Amino acid sequence: MIGIIASIIDGLLVGAVYGLAAMGLTLIWGVMNVINLTHGAMIVLGMFALYFLASALGLPAYGAVPVTIVVGFVFGVMVYWIAVHRVIGRAHLMSLLSTFAMNMVLVGLGTALFSTSPYNVPVAVSGITWEGYTFTGTHIMAAMLALAIAGLLYLLLHKTRIGKAIRAVADNREAAELNGIPTTQVLSFAFGLGAALACVSGTLIATLFPFTVLSGGAYELKSFVVTVLGGLGNPAGALLGGVALGLIEGVTTPFMPVSWIPIIEFLLFIAALILFPRGIFAFSRA
Amino acid sequence: MIARRLAVIAAAAALLSSSSVLAADDVLTIGFTVSRTGKLNNDSTAQMRGFELWRDELNDKGGISVGGKQYKINFVSYDDESVNARVQQLYTRLINQDKAQFLFSPYSSGLVATAAIVSEQYGRIMLTTGAAEEKTYKLGNKNLFQVYSSADRYLAGAVDAVKELNPNAQVALVYKDDPFSKAVLQSARKQVGEAGLRTVLDEAYSPETTDFGPVINKIVSAKADVLLGGGHYPDGATLARQIYDHKAGLKWVTLLVAPDSPNFASLGDAAVAITVPSQWEPQVSFKPDFGPTAGDFTQRFHAKYGIEPGYHAAGGYTAGLILQRAIEQAGSPEQTKVAAVLNSMDATTMFGRTKFSTDSKEHGLQIGHEMIIAQWQKKSGALFKEVIWPKAARTSDIVY
Repeated sequence: MIGIIASIIDGLLVGAVYGLAAMGLTLIWGVMNVINLTHGAMIVLGMFALYFLASALGLPAYGAVPVTIVVGFVFGVMVYWIAVHRVIGRAHLMSLLSTFAMNMVLVGLGTALFSTSPYNVPVAVSGITWEGYTFTGTHIMAAMLALAIAGLLYLLLHKTRIGKAIRAVADNREAAELNGIPTTQVLSFAFGLGAALACVSGTLIATLFPFTVLSGGAYELKSFVVTVLGGLGNPAGALLGGVALGLIEGVTTPFMPVSWIPIIEFLLFIAALILFPRGIFAFSRA
Repeated sequence: MIARRLAVIAAAAALLSSSSVLAADDVLTIGFTVSRTGKLNNDSTAQMRGFELWRDELNDKGGISVGGKQYKINFVSYDDESVNARVQQLYTRLINQDKAQFLFSPYSSGLVATAAIVSEQYGRIMLTTGAAEEKTYKLGNKNLFQVYSSADRYLAGAVDAVKELNPNAQVALVYKDDPFSKAVLQSARKQVGEAGLRTVLDEAYSPETTDFGPVINKIVSAKADVLLGGGHYPDGATLARQIYDHKAGLKWVTLLVAPDSPNFASLGDAAVAITVPSQWEPQVSFKPDFGPTAGDFTQRFHAKYGIEPGYHAAGGYTAGLILQRAIEQAGSPEQTKVAAVLNSMDATTMFGRTKFSTDSKEHGLQIGHEMIIAQWQKKSGALFKEVIWPKAARTSDIVY
């Protein structure tokens, strides 16, 4: 029984980080109806940003978090102007292909620069041991930071002018434009924000596990599952979806082989699409 | 006038083509794929470096000497991206378009199984290294020759060591869901039972797993004190780090493949006491019938690449040495003659003994080579890999 509770707590801690990663994906979809297939590459950018800031420059791992948010934002704005701006408002396939191509370029560049060898950032934070089960300090820190960043995002979207502008553009771009909101700048800001969230989630994941240039793909897939659970375009739902996914992983793994986890996740993905096309947590839509 | 010009051009063309034939005659082309990208990149790159060091040293000495003639070695290689479909396409290309006379294998049992289908279709000799799963050699193939000990031997030493250290040990078998790891664990399961040890957890994980928290909780719940398993570098390194982070209470951990890589030391304290079944370590002291000693090889490898070689690099180098020896003894690069020498070979190199099975049911399977167990140990603040099993080859006491 204690093992099951430990597994659930572990799942919740990791789920918060999954939720943060998915918030970036769902924010971009919600504001500009673009499925961002560079999401995985942005997660990897956060991982490598941590590696260089912590290992090469000697910055404390958690001190690197604000820096990676800025790096992710700047990178996201660049990607927006290169690959997204011209396809907004056109068929979804256009933005899918455009971001897919951009993703291939980024993964190719990353592979050329860093190879696909694994990198590790050792982070020492004391954990909590209970009845032989250890909840690592890095997992606890990552979950707390993920929740804090999600809270900051909520404040940004609801309490600032730019946040209100983002929500206005998401609701109706033409009406926002008629009210004097510079929608193109708002869109690029929103894309940068989504990229920053993906990037910082990558940083937090890199404090937990070793990673490679190709690691983004697995977390991108998880982000899709989480956004479908939470409702596409719904950042608060994405966070809840992430926590729910972690909870499901935690509850199921004591009773079945762990190699079944991906099967369960994607069955859930299909079930959510059929039964709750607006997301299980649609009520939490901001 | 025109006829005379045409004759000159024809003569020049004939001269050029004959000189290119001469040039081609002096070169032996060996084809292979490398996982320059993808999940097998780490170990595959090490294997390729072994191939390259062998080629460069041999070519510097003038090449392979056959019947008074010197053949330089030419490599043709491609990136297989760690993907089976690429291996199938590229080995076909290596044989048909690049005219590779001999083949080295890609890295990993899964990719070799695919490459072997192509090499057998075309009857090309392929020295396989980085491929331990026995199944591929039990399909009636005639041109495969395995450098590594087969998968059933990987965890036998670890089981023996654990039995001696703690006959009441409770064993968790946690391994990657891939052909190589499953083949190793199939034998290990039997060996654990025969040793009288108790298996308290037997679980495969998906190759894409990054969060091992749920598995480690199961290990703790099962009250295991020994872990045998793993798979390849990315998952093995991730599992080792999380075992350390979660303080899983294990007294003995043997992981496949990953801890043998020099990169494993980047895990820091998480690497300490982790053991790995190894095909070879730089400390071994076999007296080679031909080729360098392990010490000489290690020194040269370090001089070229700036890192110490693991067994993947040594296996790559040895594949070259064995092929070289076979061609020299055959007195010809002709496939049937070289295959005949390989079939009768029983030799010792810096890698250990090499002997291929000639039984038609398992032709080419390695039956001469023995494995060792290495362990990462911390001495004066630095991490070193020491040989701890078998006792006769021990370079340090076991950390348990």
